[in-house]
Amino acid sequence: MGNLATFSSTMLYTAIAFYSIATIMFGVTIKDKKKQNKKGMTGTIAISITIIGLIAQLVYFITRWIAGGHAPVGNMFEFMTFLGLSIVLAFIIIYFIYRLNILGLFALPIALIIIAYASMFPTDLSPLVPSLQSPWLYIHVTTVSLSQGILGISFVAGLIYLIKQVDQKKRSKKNIWLELILFSLIACVGFILSTITFNILDYSATFEYPSGDRTLTVEYNLPAIAGPQDGELITEGANGALFEAPGWLQGRNAAKKFNTLIWSFATGLVLYGLIRLVFRRRIGAAIQPLLKNIKPDLVDEITYRAVAIGFPLFTLGGLIFASIWAQIAWDRFWGWDPKEVWALITWFFYAAFLHLRLSRGWHGEKSSWLAVIGFAIIMFNLIVVNLVIAGLHSYA
Amino acid sequence: MKKLKCECGHVNPEGTVLCEACGKPIEENQHIDGNDKTKLINMRYDGSARRSLTYNRSIIDKIWSFFSSVKVGVWLIVIALFASALGTIFPQQMYIPAEAVSRDPAIYYEAHFGILGKIYYQLGFYDLYSSWWYMILIALIGISLVICSIDRVVPLHRALKMQKPKRHETFINRQRLYSESTNVSNEEKQQVVKKLEKLRYKVRSDDGHILAEKGRFSRWGPYVNHIGLIIILIASLFRMTPWLYLDDYVWVREGQQVVIPGTDNKYYIKNKEFILEKYDEDDEQFKDALELIESRGGEVHKNYQTNVIIYKNVDADLPGAEPKLEKVLEDKVWMNNPLKFDGYTLYQSGYQQNEFSSMSFKIHKTNDSDQEALETFTIDLTAPETEYEFESGFRVVMDKYYPEYYLDDGEPRSESKYPKNPAFVIFVYPPQTDSPEINFIGIGKNIDATGENKYKLGIVDFETHFASGMTLRQDYTLPFFGLGALIFMIGVVQGMYWQHRRIWIHPKDKSILLAAHTNKNWFGIKKDIEKAISDTAIQMVIDQQEVEGNEKNKEGHNG
Amino acid sequence: MRIEKAREKKKDRKRNRLIFRTIILAVLVAAVVFALITNAKKDSTIYSVGDKAPDFQLQQINKNNDLETIRLSDFKGKGIMLNFWATYCKPCEIEMPYMEELYPQYKDKGIEIIAVSLDATEPVIHQFIDKYDLTFPIPHDSRSQVLDLYKIGPIPSTFFINPEGEIVEKVEGALTLERLEGYFKQILPDE
Repeated sequence: MGNLATFSSTMLYTAIAFYSIATIMFGVTIKDKKKQNKKGMTGTIAISITIIGLIAQLVYFITRWIAGGHAPVGNMFEFMTFLGLSIVLAFIIIYFIYRLNILGLFALPIALIIIAYASMFPTDLSPLVPSLQSPWLYIHVTTVSLSQGILGISFVAGLIYLIKQVDQKKRSKKNIWLELILFSLIACVGFILSTITFNILDYSATFEYPSGDRTLTVEYNLPAIAGPQDGELITEGANGALFEAPGWLQGRNAAKKFNTLIWSFATGLVLYGLIRLVFRRRIGAAIQPLLKNIKPDLVDEITYRAVAIGFPLFTLGGLIFASIWAQIAWDRFWGWDPKEVWALITWFFYAAFLHLRLSRGWHGEKSSWLAVIGFAIIMFNLIVVNLVIAGLHSYA
Repeated sequence: MKKLKCECGHVNPEGTVLCEACGKPIEENQHIDGNDKTKLINMRYDGSARRSLTYNRSIIDKIWSFFSSVKVGVWLIVIALFASALGTIFPQQMYIPAEAVSRDPAIYYEAHFGILGKIYYQLGFYDLYSSWWYMILIALIGISLVICSIDRVVPLHRALKMQKPKRHETFINRQRLYSESTNVSNEEKQQVVKKLEKLRYKVRSDDGHILAEKGRFSRWGPYVNHIGLIIILIASLFRMTPWLYLDDYVWVREGQQVVIPGTDNKYYIKNKEFILEKYDEDDEQFKDALELIESRGGEVHKNYQTNVIIYKNVDADLPGAEPKLEKVLEDKVWMNNPLKFDGYTLYQSGYQQNEFSSMSFKIHKTNDSDQEALETFTIDLTAPETEYEFESGFRVVMDKYYPEYYLDDGEPRSESKYPKNPAFVIFVYPPQTDSPEINFIGIGKNIDATGENKYKLGIVDFETHFASGMTLRQDYTLPFFGLGALIFMIGVVQGMYWQHRRIWIHPKDKSILLAAHTNKNWFGIKKDIEKAISDTAIQMVIDQQEVEGNEKNKEGHNG
Repeated sequence: MRIEKAREKKKDRKRNRLIFRTIILAVLVAAVVFALITNAKKDSTIYSVGDKAPDFQLQQINKNNDLETIRLSDFKGKGIMLNFWATYCKPCEIEMPYMEELYPQYKDKGIEIIAVSLDATEPVIHQFIDKYDLTFPIPHDSRSQVLDLYKIGPIPSTFFINPEGEIVEKVEGALTLERLEGYFKQILPDE
């Protein structure tokens, strides 16, 4: 890789560092009770650091574009990284409207998790296949990503609302669900941690397995808990699989991904257990006191505002621009490809969200739950549909 | 039907919740919007009568009011959401991979996904999106869209038309944002009005009562975007008919000229050349990525394109007759760059390289270990000759030709008409003989059935050609989809990025009541009010809903 | 008086509303029905029973037959069996001998067999003709023009056309001798 590409990835690391510092600074603002969420010093510093981080990531983006000759939104690593950038950008915009520090404490870690998650995919500069060689790649992908970033902020605001408002005194369905959502975030961290650990250990085990009339090989970088169906270990000294992944898993290297999922869950559970040990209560209950001074109506307003901005943008990027490009590249603007269907499902979902909110008065808690589910659908479309359900969009 | 006369003198139609003129709640109708249970009044359509809620007599009215309900609409959306998700569990019929053992859905799903696959197939989910029930579901959403919109435009229009500055006091103090201030001078009031005007509010006053209003047009956003959606649905209806939409596929081999299907014999296409480019493996910047992909057994193409000539048949009345062709254009088609001509669009869709275009043979003596060629000949597989004569006296006759050879119960046959695995029975007549030596020859096969042949054939060379797969489309519905999408976007932006904000200033004895309402973004209107009343004695509005909520919370904590 | 007028007006408005709603609902239902019917009919070919068989002209290549070019409209007044086939197609090969068996007998009664070959090259067709000694005309659709015209999917595909030029029957898949004869009787010209 050339110097420019190296410089580019350095800038991405710089951005990650700045986002991390900014997160801590936003955390400090909670203690600034006197000037709660009015122009406090710490808040200003925190947002400034965030902006510097964003600029660093923009430099990464531009230099990688120059180095690769195409906008870096062509594979899973590049797209997810850009989604991280979008969330930060959306956060900054919303921050300047509402000046709510606590939002940063939640939004930046989410962006960080997504960028870290992205780095688990191959990060090499890769050439574009013919179907992606079009200016519509930038137009479609960037608008979709920006819209998802803003919808991500609605998720963050919804989450804050729920943590603050759901009664944690006794165990209820609501706080179990809330705990599940928080656990899924921890499982993402678990995924990143386990991947990095075994990367450092340089773990590798190769399996051979039959696929149709061919024999394929797959390299595991995490110890195999679930191996490929009828797979055979060919690396010496590595551990064999404990069991075989179910056969209905489709797509390339499905078994490997399934294995990764198991690892993420396992590591996530360990992490979750540790946190529970330290705080001796539900994570939701542990965070709740931090949100004492937050006005729920303001957070609810942010949830809605983010959807109100994100929904039209998503329609434009995820459906309209997508259709125009599909018409040019694939000769039809709509083809019921799984990714397209899930974009439609996302759209249906947020349409229902808006109708429920505007016509049926679903405010506050109900609308927060919906915002959280909506973002879950987006992430499902991004990760599961790309990696598990084989379709035209499987570029990763 | 009895009309409802308000104390202000205005006569309201039945079903009115808040008087159209002064906003005073009409007592017997408060249950409609649930105002009887809360302190704040529901401002939907400003409390004007909604038609669907008023009559419910005939079956038509019942159906109408069913579809007019937003609740029903949301349910339909949710059902459509789950139904759509159902279709992505397993690949749809059209996405069954080409390399699958069988592309017949009856076999594929069960073979691949077991019992679940079988159920999936039997329920017809393999072609879910063109199933009758999915279409009906989408159609119901369409019906709901139309009826909801018709039913709400009228009360909205009524509500927006009647914007009187002078409102009843209960209307004012039951607004979400409300404050009461004393000792407000007239100058201060004027100052507020000026500031509001500066904030682009339209200010009207009546007898000291002031109404400042902004962004009224945003209220029409939802209906505009629904119209866009309806246009899209109508466009997809048109698209199902053959006369506005055409979809066809054609394979053209290099050098071949064929009629373009679907054009009524009017257009012909010639594949001049097919180009397939790969990325350079030594390219510095992509080296790592390409190595990784290759290690997985993949390859990355840079481009594939077909250089084509399009002809028009000026004598197209009689299909099959020798066409009279006139060249229309000569151009290239590649991915993301379709070719347009005379209302048609031609797309590069796929390619195949497994066909032979010609094969060259030589004749040599069977016992010649050097296999020195006595004669050579080439069979053009796109238009094969049957006889080849040579000056040396050799004569060769192609007796049988199997373009895609296979053995079927010991009998040689061809799988298709495409030369993917050509095999021949060739008679070689040595000079001055009338009895042929029989050879069976193909790729990897060279059989002398008798074992007594003095001469033997050998393949010297062969050429392959690309077959380019091209899709032809003619779609006159695209502009309608575009229009629908545009209108939808305009409507959504209009409704989402602008808000209808109203601020009332209501003099009462010696004090001033300030109330405000917006259809969304309460934070924004509070900011506006803050700016407008700065440096005056007017009190900042209180968010009565927040207060109410806090009180409830406290009660909850105590109890 | 005034009350009566008001009542009258109210009645009118109610009736108008009902008419309006009925019309809108009718239009919507009609659109849905239209969509469902078009969707159900999507897969059928353009030409079906009762339609006029579209005309075409092709080169005839069976050397056992005297005709040089075949034009469908030249056979007006005769019953026509228009068969689409190819040498590599197994079911086509099954029905060909039956066609040959009935051909001489029905040719005299005013029936013509036109078996359009969809093969790519001529030699394979000649091999096939020689193998079964076929005598009926075999036009070669080398540019797939007639294939496109009749929207032929799987082969063999056969149209039985009456002396008036209308399609009487469309059969996909191979025919048995009995069925073939049955269809011939349907398209026999009146003496």
